[in-house]
Amino acid sequence: MSGKTIPILAAPPKVPTFDYFTTKKDELVGWARKFSLFPYPFVTACCGMEFMSVSSTLYDTDRFGAALPRFTPRQADLLMVVGTVTHKQAPVLARVYEQMCEPKWVMAFGVCATSGGFYDNYAVVQGIDKIIPVDVYVPGCPPRPETVIDAIMQLQARIGGDHHVIVKGDF
Amino acid sequence: MDANLLERIRHRLMPTATELPVAHGIPVLALEPGQWLASARMLRDEFAFDMLLDVTAVDWPGQPLRFEVVAHLYSTRDLVRVRLKARVSEGAPVIASLLPLYPGAAFLERECHDMFGVVFDGNADLRPILLYEGFVGHPLRKDYPKRREQPLVRYRNT
Repeated sequence: MSGKTIPILAAPPKVPTFDYFTTKKDELVGWARKFSLFPYPFVTACCGMEFMSVSSTLYDTDRFGAALPRFTPRQADLLMVVGTVTHKQAPVLARVYEQMCEPKWVMAFGVCATSGGFYDNYAVVQGIDKIIPVDVYVPGCPPRPETVIDAIMQLQARIGGDHHVIVKGDF
Repeated sequence: MDANLLERIRHRLMPTATELPVAHGIPVLALEPGQWLASARMLRDEFAFDMLLDVTAVDWPGQPLRFEVVAHLYSTRDLVRVRLKARVSEGAPVIASLLPLYPGAAFLERECHDMFGVVFDGNADLRPILLYEGFVGHPLRKDYPKRREQPLVRYRNT
């Protein structure tokens, strides 16, 4: 080891604006993230019709910054599981979820994704939360577009009020 | 259904079947498993039943011949249907495959094998088609437990 000393930087001068951004970082990042949701529609069943309805002109989820579907999970941060998920399909859903980058959220769209619905039988996963964590559940068979919009807004409210870690410990 | 055609089929079947009941507008041929392929061939070649609509089974638990294999044929010439039925036992649920007559039987019989465990002699490819590898049992049998799950992905600890 040389005798070289590592200079310790003085604390940055107090700038009110900088202070403001430090304390409001979560709010800022949350605000940015909640209006740039890129959904990946994992559409398996009839709820897909309702998904098309809610994402197209009449109801238009684009108003909420949550419209542009990315058809690869690697570019998406909102996984919308739309429809019934069978045990045979569960590995695919798990793989899709694992491919998504952090931060990511999951919406269980419709009663089948939420709890299996009335498909209480040998074939159907009784709720996707048995496999992957779910942030927001949308009831209905199929859900009304208003219900989906409400779910998006609730998810956005949650993202907006969340603590957003930019660099994680295992980065 | 055309009474004339029904009468001709009945006449043709005279040696083996004494009656030809009509259920829900479809004549029903109750066959021995040994007659399965020959009867289907006769219906296809002589009566122009050129389309296989479905192959499925019915589970009658407790009866000596537990499974009733059911096939529906359709004639695109006469626009009529006919139903074939044959009973097989639980110990040896084997029946001839209709694959030599109808290539479409391959998938239908795979599904029936999935759901009921009926073996179709002559159909070499009875891999699971709707179920997945590793699934134990046959879910449409009446004794399959209603709530049994066979997940492929390990459940989360919630």
